[in-house]
Amino acid sequence: MTSAVRAAKPSRVRGKPGAVAADIAIHAVLALASLTCVVPFLHVLAKSLSEEAFVIAKRVFLWPKGLTLSAYAKVFYDRSISRSMGVSILTTALFTALGLFLTVCAAYPLSRKRLRGRGAFTFMILVTLYFSGGIIPDYLLVNQLGMLESLSSIVLPLAFSAYNLLIMKTSLQSSFPDSLEESARIEGAGYLRVLWSIVLPLSKPILMTIALFLAVGRWNAYQDALFYIKQRSDLRPMQLKLYYLIVAATESFQASETVVAVRTNPEVLKAACVMAATAPILCVYPFIQKYFAQGVMIGAVKG
Amino acid sequence: MTLRTDTNGGLARRDLRRPGWGKTLRNDWELYLLLLPPMLFALLFKYGSYAGLVVAFKDYKILKGFFASKWVGFAQFEKVFATRDFARAVRNTLLLNGLDLILGFPAPIMLALLLNEVRGRAFKRVTQTLLYLPHFLSWVIIGAIAYQLFSLSGIVNTVITNAGGAAVPFLQENNHWLASYLMIGVWQNMGWGTIVYLAAITGVNPELYEAALTDGATRLRRMWHVTLPGIRPTIVTLLIMNLGRVMGGSFERVYALMNVATTEYTYTIPVLVYRWGLESGRYSQATALGLFQSVIGLLLVLGSDFAAKRFGEEGLL
Repeated sequence: MTSAVRAAKPSRVRGKPGAVAADIAIHAVLALASLTCVVPFLHVLAKSLSEEAFVIAKRVFLWPKGLTLSAYAKVFYDRSISRSMGVSILTTALFTALGLFLTVCAAYPLSRKRLRGRGAFTFMILVTLYFSGGIIPDYLLVNQLGMLESLSSIVLPLAFSAYNLLIMKTSLQSSFPDSLEESARIEGAGYLRVLWSIVLPLSKPILMTIALFLAVGRWNAYQDALFYIKQRSDLRPMQLKLYYLIVAATESFQASETVVAVRTNPEVLKAACVMAATAPILCVYPFIQKYFAQGVMIGAVKG
Repeated sequence: MTLRTDTNGGLARRDLRRPGWGKTLRNDWELYLLLLPPMLFALLFKYGSYAGLVVAFKDYKILKGFFASKWVGFAQFEKVFATRDFARAVRNTLLLNGLDLILGFPAPIMLALLLNEVRGRAFKRVTQTLLYLPHFLSWVIIGAIAYQLFSLSGIVNTVITNAGGAAVPFLQENNHWLASYLMIGVWQNMGWGTIVYLAAITGVNPELYEAALTDGATRLRRMWHVTLPGIRPTIVTLLIMNLGRVMGGSFERVYALMNVATTEYTYTIPVLVYRWGLESGRYSQATALGLFQSVIGLLLVLGSDFAAKRFGEEGLL
């Protein structure tokens, strides 16, 4: 630790016992707040790795008892769970690719001041940010398009979002002045060429941000799948599967708090399911949070 | 690639004279071509959805279709407003969002102030990373974990009963459920919400801190008299933005946390729309209810934007 160097900073009052006590209190509060974000996972993780008997006896807290991976084996060999995982991966990949394509297609022209009709187009898209048709009109539209009970219902309707467009547009406006492609065009390059060879290669961070917004959003959402995919249980994405498996099942389990009910829906399995579905997010989020934070900042400037 | 920039001025001046649409299209056809797919998506999926709002003014039967169903004007709205479910749903929506705002709004500000006082970079980075975690979780996962922790047989109640206390129905009794719902919301958002405030704090003039220090201001007084006034515009803008959302509602959050034992506060507008429309086939009334919510929500956003500009802050629109 280089605390001696930092202590020399002007904002530091040294030696006063009050200041030291305040420092300790601040660190304690922050440590406690961060612990509330991890401890729940440690408990669920411990449960998922324990023998069922210890869990039913309520003897598992933050450390597994009777270490076993059998719950994870059951989860991975459950065909319906692995299928739902596959559906989630497929829809997230398609949704992200399509959403990124549409966002770039809209953001680049709308970030060019010389584009005629720019104000009208932007307004048309902005309206959708502040006013939505709502649950039922969305449902009737998806029904009308014949997309109920199909994966297209969770890939297409939300792929183009006004919020992502605003972030991308703001970013492009500030990094690429119109003069850039005026010069490139004089040398004979068209807009598509400028976009492909100059703008996109230099916009990797913002593209990453948008892609992550799309991917994490799609991975975590379950509302639209709940509405549009009722019969085809083989098309349920992971979050919806989890909802039926755990949240909805918890309901009946609370209603009849009996040992029999616990056995039919073992706590250990639920814990393993939760960990399996969270693992992808837990693994990547420490590395992607900075891209998220950048997106939030651009969105906060105007939006 | 080398870019000649000396010709910019000339081009920009020529642009001031507006060419006709034919010339514009010939010059910029690539830009319009790019715009085509996203505009089609917006037209189809957003504006197409607006078209469905007409159902609120009809006696819509899904077998008859849009056009054959009878036009009834505002009769569906009158029916909706007369139901007891409607009054309860409006009350619950305002209650949950209002309490969310009161409890959830100050939390990130306080955390940001505390984080700003931390000098150890490693401690700060680890704390922030952990605090951001709940933001990346789906409501299904949060709901599942909440029930693992707080149900009557969950770990928290095990600890309480082992210590000799009585089990607390955190999620199985209406008022306890409300408190749990709110605390989970604060927990989920408090870390992520600090990002905007921390960025605003870095913009506060450091000379002000040094001046305060020479005047002998304590750390608390510096927070109160320098940092907080420094980030006031950010606080006001975000507060107004959130005020505009009190009529909104997260379907996913309520739906993942609700259960059959506690329905007093869980019947919010989106949940009622779902129950009426998709579970009981009362499409017209559900659409009318949803439209009511969207219109009030839009008015609140426009109103708060107007208010923000009146207070001399930067608006949102």
